[in-house]
Amino acid sequence: MIRLTDVVKEYPNGTHALNGLTLEIQDGEFVFMVGPSGSGKSTVIKLLIGEVEPTEGKVVVNGFSLRNIRERQIPYLRRTVGVIFQDFRLIEHKTVYDNMVFAMRAVGAGPKEIKKRIPYVLDLVGLENKSRRLPSELSGGEQQRVAIARALLNNPSTIIADEPTGNLDPARSLEIMRLLERINALGTTVLVVTHEKDLVNRFDKRVVMLERGRVVSDGKGYYGRRAQ
Amino acid sequence: MSRHNFFYFAREGAYNMFNHGFMSFAAIGVTVACLLIMGTFTLVAVNANAMLEDMEQKNQVLAFVDENLTEEEARALADDLEAVDNVRGVTFISREEAMENFQSKYPDEELYQDLEPEIFRHRYAIDLVDIGKMSETKAKLEQVPGIGEGNVNAYEDEAAGFITIRNVAGVVCIALISILLLVSVFIIANTIKLTTFDRRDEIAIMKMVGATNGFIRWPFVYEGFLLGLFSAVIGFFLQWGLYEMVTRSVDANDTIRLIRIVPFGDMWVYVAGIFLGVGMLIGVGGSLSAIRKFLQV
Repeated sequence: MIRLTDVVKEYPNGTHALNGLTLEIQDGEFVFMVGPSGSGKSTVIKLLIGEVEPTEGKVVVNGFSLRNIRERQIPYLRRTVGVIFQDFRLIEHKTVYDNMVFAMRAVGAGPKEIKKRIPYVLDLVGLENKSRRLPSELSGGEQQRVAIARALLNNPSTIIADEPTGNLDPARSLEIMRLLERINALGTTVLVVTHEKDLVNRFDKRVVMLERGRVVSDGKGYYGRRAQ
Repeated sequence: MSRHNFFYFAREGAYNMFNHGFMSFAAIGVTVACLLIMGTFTLVAVNANAMLEDMEQKNQVLAFVDENLTEEEARALADDLEAVDNVRGVTFISREEAMENFQSKYPDEELYQDLEPEIFRHRYAIDLVDIGKMSETKAKLEQVPGIGEGNVNAYEDEAAGFITIRNVAGVVCIALISILLLVSVFIIANTIKLTTFDRRDEIAIMKMVGATNGFIRWPFVYEGFLLGLFSAVIGFFLQWGLYEMVTRSVDANDTIRLIRIVPFGDMWVYVAGIFLGVGMLIGVGGSLSAIRKFLQV
């Protein structure tokens, strides 16, 4: 579960990114977070993965309280949260399979676990036959599916996708959203940060809208509807 | 650390070193150069110290025996003299030997060729352990019955000169080696920082998926260790070759062949140990220093 209570985030340069934001996402939910540039979406992601600390307020992610979290606890928080970025962030000189191995080894997984888990997630994202390809040999949609597979490797309870379709055409974007919906159906909490109105409106999901560091709308089904 | 993690770190470290061949070559080159400069300077200092020790050992004290004692009585003083603190050994020189020594110094002086041994005194040439204690040893020797006050010749000024030279050389040596060590760590840290910068995306991904700082650090530590090891081995053989070359040049030169060069065979274990230790210290220290910045994500 994700819970942000009266969160204020002020950066050292004086920018107020969040101004008393309160938000709760239950386990197993699928949530779109939308809002204009500078509304605080990126800061929310940074808070959720422990990249920055809140100036005020409480942030709890999957049982980890991020106010004054110890640095050595952050890796363990991140293992419960899979993150997907717009630019995929794959290692170009490694094959799809080796990218997966790299991510699993990074959390100390053993060879047996790796052999068992990687085929499962590649099958889940529909890339089981492209495991020996380099990222440059894949389309944008396929690369994003590799990134999703990597995010799923450590069996996280939450997936956070930061503009996951920003580099994709509408058809591929829809494909990725359907994949995230399927992952959500398996029980994983999914938070998608996007500004693609049309895409959001094709799904009947909860939509949280931010503006100037606050939640201005939180409801189901339509981008732009006022908070209930 | 589990067994498969150990092999993983070692493999990754080796892979990274070969995969970033040019940077590794640069890092090894810089480390070898630093080791050679440091090694050459240290070997020069070792040889200078050995020469000083030789000179110290030649710096003997002469104790003149009471002229009323017979040769037999004079020889009997050896045990008393050897029992004095700081005395390494004593050599008895009879009146006859003293006269022959004197005459051999002036073979062309006719006046000195008809001397009587009786005008010389029996004496002892005394080697000291530490010439820094020359004054107090001299005083103790003068208290030995059969020697007496004023009958010991000690070159205290010369001894003090040797001590000063040795101390200054020691301090300069330690200071220069320390500076070179710091410069080496700094250069290696910067060289490895470039390879780390090249891999900042990989580190960011590792951090993102939940790798601990320790896990991220280990392959870099292995890489630094390997770079240090290779540098030490290459540096050692180059140093050896260089040293032998200088030794041969000194031996071949009539003017400077009198300088005694310590054979490399007497020192190779120490040189190898120091090169390995310093090489690995520079490699691992440089890696740790380079990676620190990239772990703060």
